[in-house]
Amino acid sequence: MTAVTDDTIAVRRSWHDAALGFCRRQPLGTFGLAIVVIAALAGLSAEWIAPYNPTSNDFEAMTQPPSLAHWLGTDQFGRDLLSRIIYGARTALIIGFVSAFVGGFAGLVLGVGSAYFGGTTDLILQRVMDVLMAFPLIIMALAVVAIFGTGVQNVIAAITVPLIPRCARVIRASALSIREVPYIDAARTSGFSHARIILRHMVPNVVAPFLIMLTAFVGQAILAEASLSYLGLGVQEPTPAWGLMLQGGAEEYASTAPWIAVFPGLAIALTVFGFSLFGDALRDAIDPKLRER
Amino acid sequence: MYRYILNRLLLAVPTLIGAAALVFILMRLIPGDICVVRLGTGGSINAAAVANCHAQLGLDRSLLLQFFDFVVGFASGNFGTSMWSGKSVAHEIATRIPVSLEIAILATVVAVAIAIPLGTISALHQNSWLDHIVRTVAIAGIATPSFWLGIMSILIVLDVSHALFGAPWMPPIDYVSFWDDPLHNLSIVILPALTIGYRYSAVTMRMTRSAMLEVLREDYIRTARAKGLLEQLIVNRHALKNAMLPVVTLIGIEFAFLIGGLVVTEQVFNLNGIGRLFVLAVQNQDYTLTQALVMLTVAIFVVTNLAVDVLYAWLDPRIRFG
Amino acid sequence: MTTRTGWLSAGLSIALASALIATPAMAQAIKKGGTLTYMIPADAPPSLDGHKENTFATLHATAPFYSTLISINPDNPSSSTDFVCDLCTEMPKPTDDGKTYTFKIRKGVKFHDGTPLTAADIAKSWQYIVHPPKGVSSARASYMVMVDSVESPDPETVVFKLKFATSAFLPALADPFAYIYKKDILEKDPAWYEKNVLGSGPFKFVEYETGQSVKGVRNPDYYHEGKPYLDGFTAIFAAKQSVRVDAIRADRAATEFRGVPPSARDELVKELGDKITVQTSDWNCVNLLTPNQKKKPFDDVRVRRALALAIDPWKGAPALSKIATVHTVGGLVFPGSPLAANKEELQKIVGFGTDIEKARAEARKLLKEAGAEGLKFELMNRNVDQPYKFVATWAIDEWSKIGVKVTQRVLPTGPFYEALRGGTFEVAVEFNCQNMVNPLLDVAKVLPRSVYPENYGGYEDPKLIELYNSMLKETDPAKQRAKMRDFETYALDTQVVTIMTPWWSRIIAHRSYMKGWKISPSHYLNLNLANIWLDK
Repeated sequence: MTAVTDDTIAVRRSWHDAALGFCRRQPLGTFGLAIVVIAALAGLSAEWIAPYNPTSNDFEAMTQPPSLAHWLGTDQFGRDLLSRIIYGARTALIIGFVSAFVGGFAGLVLGVGSAYFGGTTDLILQRVMDVLMAFPLIIMALAVVAIFGTGVQNVIAAITVPLIPRCARVIRASALSIREVPYIDAARTSGFSHARIILRHMVPNVVAPFLIMLTAFVGQAILAEASLSYLGLGVQEPTPAWGLMLQGGAEEYASTAPWIAVFPGLAIALTVFGFSLFGDALRDAIDPKLRER
Repeated sequence: MYRYILNRLLLAVPTLIGAAALVFILMRLIPGDICVVRLGTGGSINAAAVANCHAQLGLDRSLLLQFFDFVVGFASGNFGTSMWSGKSVAHEIATRIPVSLEIAILATVVAVAIAIPLGTISALHQNSWLDHIVRTVAIAGIATPSFWLGIMSILIVLDVSHALFGAPWMPPIDYVSFWDDPLHNLSIVILPALTIGYRYSAVTMRMTRSAMLEVLREDYIRTARAKGLLEQLIVNRHALKNAMLPVVTLIGIEFAFLIGGLVVTEQVFNLNGIGRLFVLAVQNQDYTLTQALVMLTVAIFVVTNLAVDVLYAWLDPRIRFG
Repeated sequence: MTTRTGWLSAGLSIALASALIATPAMAQAIKKGGTLTYMIPADAPPSLDGHKENTFATLHATAPFYSTLISINPDNPSSSTDFVCDLCTEMPKPTDDGKTYTFKIRKGVKFHDGTPLTAADIAKSWQYIVHPPKGVSSARASYMVMVDSVESPDPETVVFKLKFATSAFLPALADPFAYIYKKDILEKDPAWYEKNVLGSGPFKFVEYETGQSVKGVRNPDYYHEGKPYLDGFTAIFAAKQSVRVDAIRADRAATEFRGVPPSARDELVKELGDKITVQTSDWNCVNLLTPNQKKKPFDDVRVRRALALAIDPWKGAPALSKIATVHTVGGLVFPGSPLAANKEELQKIVGFGTDIEKARAEARKLLKEAGAEGLKFELMNRNVDQPYKFVATWAIDEWSKIGVKVTQRVLPTGPFYEALRGGTFEVAVEFNCQNMVNPLLDVAKVLPRSVYPENYGGYEDPKLIELYNSMLKETDPAKQRAKMRDFETYALDTQVVTIMTPWWSRIIAHRSYMKGWKISPSHYLNLNLANIWLDK
């Protein structure tokens, strides 16, 4: 029993040290992580911390500038902007994480599979990836939304599909270099199952680029939702969503009631900024070639 | 080398056919069709009018026949006519190409001009304050929605000109080609080129920085340093040249992706370019035009990628054509 | 018969028109010359052919090139009964019990290619509009159901023979899309006008840059003496609103002729002061919230009633008018029309009551009775901001107050209409927006699909059709108005086939140097620019 506990402590301490080390070496990355954590907390606890109902109209308080009652002001419908931004964090993170994880994992499976099996499988998969890669992103998203309509899950689908080939391409490149390593061949000849070899030996070796891509994808997905919103086909009212808030607000009120446009814009920019900083730092930390000596 | 290029071009054929099939199916999965859109905007859709329209556009033929027509047409360089305007697809695209191309090239110039010096400086002073500021600005460029940047940049120009000259000014909204009136033309394209270029430069700068960092740790740079060569010389002669490889790749690939950036930016600045045409074609469910535009983009993508790879190999003698 | 009101008002309009035409000239000397730049708030239309298209984008791009037989009075465009001659010499009095209209045509009118325009061209154009030959489409054939034949017995006369007398004829005849084309061209190639322009209007066609702009130059041979005042015009397609507002602010364009939202008006007035002139009018357009009665539980009138009761238009309209292009609470009929319900009549209809708390309590009760407590549904909408999405956001919040949870599904035009036609929606944000203010025909929108193909509510109702026909054929104005009330009450209260939202409000903000143009209740009207001059 004691031995196990000691082990756990040791593991904890090393995690703790690693985290501290990360913070010390990567001040920008830590800052980015802090932004991400704040956004995540806001999204998770929206019910408790949002001062108002994010969807209820208040015609007595339309387009009011920031005040004590409404810290960030109100929008055209008199809805509290702070509350909408807090709830919007949830929408943004759901879209960001789900798209990134689904797109990333699909890419991981296809990339590793393509590299491991090689030959015809690889050739065919690569042609499919080529097609998806070359296909204009926003056009595919527009088509997907036009086919299925504008629900949150459809918007996620529209954003996810284009992420898959980009992840698969990078993972395949990393996995290919591992595949040539002699011990993989050795494992094959000694009769280990494909699944075992892939999971035990290949996947761990592509985790680094995979994680870096994931953090980048979250930010890209949030931005993609904003672009779709600008074309009118993102998340729809009354769901609080940053891209949606920016679309109506930025177009109509940028000059007369700038707070309606500025705060959701800041929310998007800051969050994506946070993810990018964190992702960069993660890359620097994981990739030994870039690590300082 | 020629065999390599030929090989690559052959590999592009399945990509093109795949893209053709994808766009063909995707467009037909969208409920309704161009006849519904056309008749619907005025609210007088009756079954007879829709059937008449289908017959006129050949949409009553079997899907297989339509696909065959499309692929054969594409292979023989005949894109047909736009279902929306009835004009030839070649004409529709040709009238939109100049403005988009101009912005794409200008944006690339802006991006390269900003990104490479800043990225290099950032790498040379890794983790200094300068590095942090440069990286922050770069990441901000990636993090800001481009339409937001566009809308704000016009507003800022309006407000600043109003404050300075007493009358608000903005670039003209009617496009004139560069050869007809260079000044008029440049004043239209400069803001969109800057907004796209900013994002583009941010991506390029980060790549330059990390490529530089990697190269600076290579043995031959250490050797050069150990030999006591001037830092300036090391950077210019050795490091930068080698770091440029991935950067060139990225610039090439991003150039092919520019079309995505144009889709939104052309809307913001009301430019009659390829990006806007693309959105319209999809929204109008103009099959022939969308198909042609997708094939064009995919072809550009394939060619750019190939060009980048060839350039890459040419710059780096270690890479052999296999 | 019904025509009495028609030609009475027409006669009145001529007197009124001549009085009005003189006024601006006396008030301020008209300056000639200059080029007007305006924006068309849309993307390029499929074709330039007014006979085939229905979108305002075609009209805004080509109306200055063409003549029509009659038109609304450009000096009194807000009237829905004031029609004047364009190519005719005098508004005719109908004969044959209101079934025959004989128009005398102006002499010496020329097409822009120099060839003379005669009654034969007018008759041929109208024949193509009313009874298009096989293979030719006409977007307006359905509005002209009352027309039996159009003939030109001699080069200066056009005769319209009607199947039945109706006051709906003259407004339909003044349709702004009813361009007069050249007979020879129509006969040779009916598709020619899709890509080419040849008219006889105040401006001659110069060029059309695909998808970008249309240019025209003054027609020196124009038959309305002294007009047009402008040397020419440039119309630029600009689909995004922020660009249009910025362009007016920086004087890259003088205006747009569809209508801007209140936020844009406020911004322009704030920034430009008296350099901007704002004209406002009720708009002959309205959004309808239509439940699909083929889907449960919307087949239950109690549920539809509850949805109507939850919405408070009296509080909503004034608030929405600050942010969206809507303004006036109204029933089925355009509020500016004599046929429209007054406030007292309106308040008797479900959803227009004065005690909203009571109404919502009743709505909850009705839902409970119908077994639809905690109802959840999807509201289908079109991808248009103003005012579609604004109206939807408001309605969704109002519905939440009776415990109904609504999500919104926005679709581009094609999928939207496909869903309407296929009946795959639950409740849809529809619109009714007609070229001409012609309430007798406009209200037909709520008739069942067997009679009116563009109805998507999924119901059949013989009584509704009966009430409508009885009203349409009624010749006494007072009785007709009473019958309209019956029809309206039955549609909106008894059956709740649709829920009205506030009628639209048209706001045109233009540079103050643009003079001579007056707002109308439709963005399809008064667009040929002949009266516009620049005070620069």
